[in-house]
Amino acid sequence: MITAWREAWTGRALLVLMMAVTILPFLSLFVTALHPSGTYPPGLAWPSDPQWGNFGKAFEAANMGELLKSSALIVLGVVPISILLGTMAGFAIGHLRVVGSRVLFVLFVLGLTLPFEGIITPLYYQIRDMGLLNTRWAIILPLIGLFMPFSVFWMRAHFVNMPGELSESARMDGANVWQLFRRIHVPLAMPAISSLGILLFLWTWNQFLLAIVLVDDPAKRTMSGALGAFQGQWGTDIPLLCAGSLLILTPTLAVFLIFQRHFVKALLQGSLKG
Amino acid sequence: MTARPAGVRSSHRRPAKRRSLVGWLFVLPALAFYAVFVLRPIALTFQYSLYEWDGIGPSTWAGPANYGKVFTDPDLFDSLVNAFQLIVFFSAVPVALGLAAAATIRRIAASRLALVARTVLFLPQVIPLVAAGIAWSWLLASTGVINQLLELVGLGGITRAWLGDFSTALPAVGMIGAWVLLGLCTLLLLAGMSKIDPSLYEAARLDGAGAWREFVSITVPSLRQEIAVCVTVTVIAALASFDIIYISTQGGPGNTTMVPGLQIYYLAFSEREVGTASALAMVLMVLVIACAFPIQWFAKDGER
Repeated sequence: MITAWREAWTGRALLVLMMAVTILPFLSLFVTALHPSGTYPPGLAWPSDPQWGNFGKAFEAANMGELLKSSALIVLGVVPISILLGTMAGFAIGHLRVVGSRVLFVLFVLGLTLPFEGIITPLYYQIRDMGLLNTRWAIILPLIGLFMPFSVFWMRAHFVNMPGELSESARMDGANVWQLFRRIHVPLAMPAISSLGILLFLWTWNQFLLAIVLVDDPAKRTMSGALGAFQGQWGTDIPLLCAGSLLILTPTLAVFLIFQRHFVKALLQGSLKG
Repeated sequence: MTARPAGVRSSHRRPAKRRSLVGWLFVLPALAFYAVFVLRPIALTFQYSLYEWDGIGPSTWAGPANYGKVFTDPDLFDSLVNAFQLIVFFSAVPVALGLAAAATIRRIAASRLALVARTVLFLPQVIPLVAAGIAWSWLLASTGVINQLLELVGLGGITRAWLGDFSTALPAVGMIGAWVLLGLCTLLLLAGMSKIDPSLYEAARLDGAGAWREFVSITVPSLRQEIAVCVTVTVIAALASFDIIYISTQGGPGNTTMVPGLQIYYLAFSEREVGTASALAMVLMVLVIACAFPIQWFAKDGER
């Protein structure tokens, strides 16, 4: 009994310690952000005169209004199209089982683990030749392509488990393939689609490499890419940098806390992709 | 796949064929984006890797010379070695700690601490890696919290600028990765644990097994698949790391935290050695696939 009690408490202590380490960077960012701009505050120390105005200053310095708009535009460009194309392809490969669907599936799966750095060089020249450098399309179009392996893989996994009788009876009623897809299968696939949407939102919002390589103007980047530029510009003003970082990570945090259950489920299933 | 007996639906054969054609129309848009923005660039990376090119002028055929350079130039080769060293921090630490955390959370599943822990430990996974890099750079700075804590416990002698020191920069960067990936591993393993048949534990307890024994002989073996997923995801994160290192050390001091992803970026866009960058990119892509697929295979094999 005593050993069980001790084991339980060491476990709890370990858990609390891990949580403390997880929270520490956020806490440090927050406390540091409250110090007077331009100072070099020592570690974790509550400032004598908290400068709440730093958040406003960082909001202006980082041009947050523009950034939010830019990130939102990029997300709106990437996520709906990726979902639509991924769902259609997943439906054809997983449910219609078109001729060659196995080959298609393997082809898409090969891209699942692709590190983006692997293709960033030719992508740069390709986007340049398309005349899209420094526009949001330079992030949107490649990201749709790069998200296809996962989207197709994800939606196929859903459609493979849908019973064939469902489609047979709809066909008896004279539905064509598009109606079958639109009226019967898309509504049934909504849970899988919304999980996919959450993941794609997060991956787009946090996309860094494409943003810094393909778009020079931070105001046309994703949040994450803009933060990189912000660091370059304000890297010496630690309190302001910390305030800016907090502002930029807040939207993802908010989305996470709102959709928490959905989110965790989606990310866990998402990582099973490989 | 369900094999349909031949002939039974012969009257449907023609529509089925047309359906297949329509089906291809469903795949085509996805395939087009994939081909233009992924497959073509992969082919081009391979093509570039065989040439010497500064990105502007004419290119000259180099054959396999660029690959030779990747494996003989110490700067390039070291970046690969660093990436493999990062695996220890990105994979081993989160998986080991994740197992411990998941086992604890499971035991106290109903308590408030467990609920809070699930949320808190997951936070690093949803924020941009760039923000994680900035936060930790500050934490690990010479006047940062880490040094402050060390002084507090009487270890003032070992304080330093952790990311600026030749001997500690790589482990320090590795710890940032571990911090990011711990929550994902914990929750993945926790999900796996909830699928383990409770009667296994009852039987073990009847045999007088303690918590540790239970953990080693029931929990870990049952989690084979989940552990494989954690290892795959984290190994890829280590090999393809970019954001955290770009923000926290830029590959320095010296070359001690240089990784292939960052090296490719520098080679292609500042040093204008497109051929070498592409050869390194090919090596990286092959390495990632070579690491990812066997681990998955191994796990799926064990399932059957």
